[in-house]
Amino acid sequence: MIHPIPSGTRDVLPDELRELRAITDGMRAVFDARSYGEVATPALEYEDVLTRGDQAAADPAYRLFDEHGNVLVLRSDMTIPIARVVATRYPSAPVPLRFYYLQHAYRAVHQHRAQPREILQVGIELVGAPGPEGTAEAVTVLCAALDAAGLRSYRVGLGDASLFSRALERAGVEDGARDTILHELATRDLVGLERELARAGSPDGLLELATTRGGIDTLDGVPEAEPLRALYDGLPEDVRARVIFDLGLVRTLGYYTGAVFEVYDAAFGAPIGGGGRYDDLLGRFGRELPACGWALDVERVHAARLEEGVV
Amino acid sequence: MRIAVPRGALFRETLDRLDGLGVDTAEVRANDRKLLFEDAGIVTMRPSDVATYVEAGAADLGITGKDVLAEQSERGVYELLDLGFGGCTMVFATVEGEDSAGEALRRLGMMRIATKYPRIAARYFERTGRQVEIVEVKGSVELAPLTGMVHGIVDLTATGTTLRENGLVVREEIMESTARLIANPVSYRLKAAEIDGVLERLRAR
Repeated sequence: MIHPIPSGTRDVLPDELRELRAITDGMRAVFDARSYGEVATPALEYEDVLTRGDQAAADPAYRLFDEHGNVLVLRSDMTIPIARVVATRYPSAPVPLRFYYLQHAYRAVHQHRAQPREILQVGIELVGAPGPEGTAEAVTVLCAALDAAGLRSYRVGLGDASLFSRALERAGVEDGARDTILHELATRDLVGLERELARAGSPDGLLELATTRGGIDTLDGVPEAEPLRALYDGLPEDVRARVIFDLGLVRTLGYYTGAVFEVYDAAFGAPIGGGGRYDDLLGRFGRELPACGWALDVERVHAARLEEGVV
Repeated sequence: MRIAVPRGALFRETLDRLDGLGVDTAEVRANDRKLLFEDAGIVTMRPSDVATYVEAGAADLGITGKDVLAEQSERGVYELLDLGFGGCTMVFATVEGEDSAGEALRRLGMMRIATKYPRIAARYFERTGRQVEIVEVKGSVELAPLTGMVHGIVDLTATGTTLRENGLVVREEIMESTARLIANPVSYRLKAAEIDGVLERLRAR
């Protein structure tokens, strides 16, 4: 008998699970050694609680009603639930707090795009440690986790969610035009970006700024990049070697406030993970703390590792 | 690096540009059926598939029309450069003579529109406040209003000849389209120097 399961979901059988386990066990050892404690939260949350964090970022794709008519949603990431946990369960605990998780998140899919509805994520949240030191710790743990997973050729793209809007402000571009320009950048349309910058009087060097990718020397002469330089100074040598600065990098989630990062591996066509600073999110749940975190898609890490041929 | 090249209207000009980059395209030009040219680093496909291959990382760079990118706007690819060639216009057209689509809107409260670009068409009529039912077709769109199946079409036209020959007239222009260079987001970072080199030479032309 054949009984179907929804598109974008799958059964994981022992051969694969053994390999996934080897990856996550290696990462767990890294987190344990650095005093990160594992947390689990319910897959189902109240919609009005989750969207309190960030309406767009929470973006729940699956909703249902409980027996009292409350709207429940399947979480779409782990950062917002952990922000809720910190405010609720650690209202006055000394900081920094260090958490890690290995949990599923749920997303909507486009039809026929081979996208998963259920994503196994591993990640950390470092709460109460401001940048740049806190960010440097998070990026260092990220690289240690990827090393433990056996990836060899990964790189970490580093950018800053507020960098380009600050550069626009310095160039004297008005508010309204700024939003249009940032939209072109967020939708990765550099033709549109050039057009909109031209409409705003082609401020000097901004198109070049948005397309700058490279080493530490690419930050020279960019005052907005000073926080990134401070972050770089706090990274150990082996992590620095993994870094690609990307001054046009914008993560799509709305809650990022400062440094953002993405993980690339030549063996996989899309980023295998990412994260950044979200210094305002905790405050929306009632405990104002700077925070930083990242998540990796375990199945993509596994796919990249297979492709690299390291199994 | 591997480049996705569109067969069809953009094919020749794309290969000319690649020649300008020092890519040897002789084998591609000589061979209509082969799809993968390992030595030249070229894969050939329908223009509407280019964004699919580039998004997946099966090609680092690709060349395709803005019409394809607008229709598949949720694809995770970087649009790097307007190459300027392959210019054409997305239009709303109906059978010549009396405005049958406007008539349908008045008397039926909606128009039926045939297109190969359902998302562009839906967005356009929504933006301009008209109710439409989109009928997606795969082949010659011009046939749809001639058989009475729909009241109008949304399609791409370069010279307008095919529309004219089938007795259709352009009622509204929706968007201009030209060939664009696109990149996979991972290649865009990991092969930044090579991609910027290509960009610089294409811009200098």
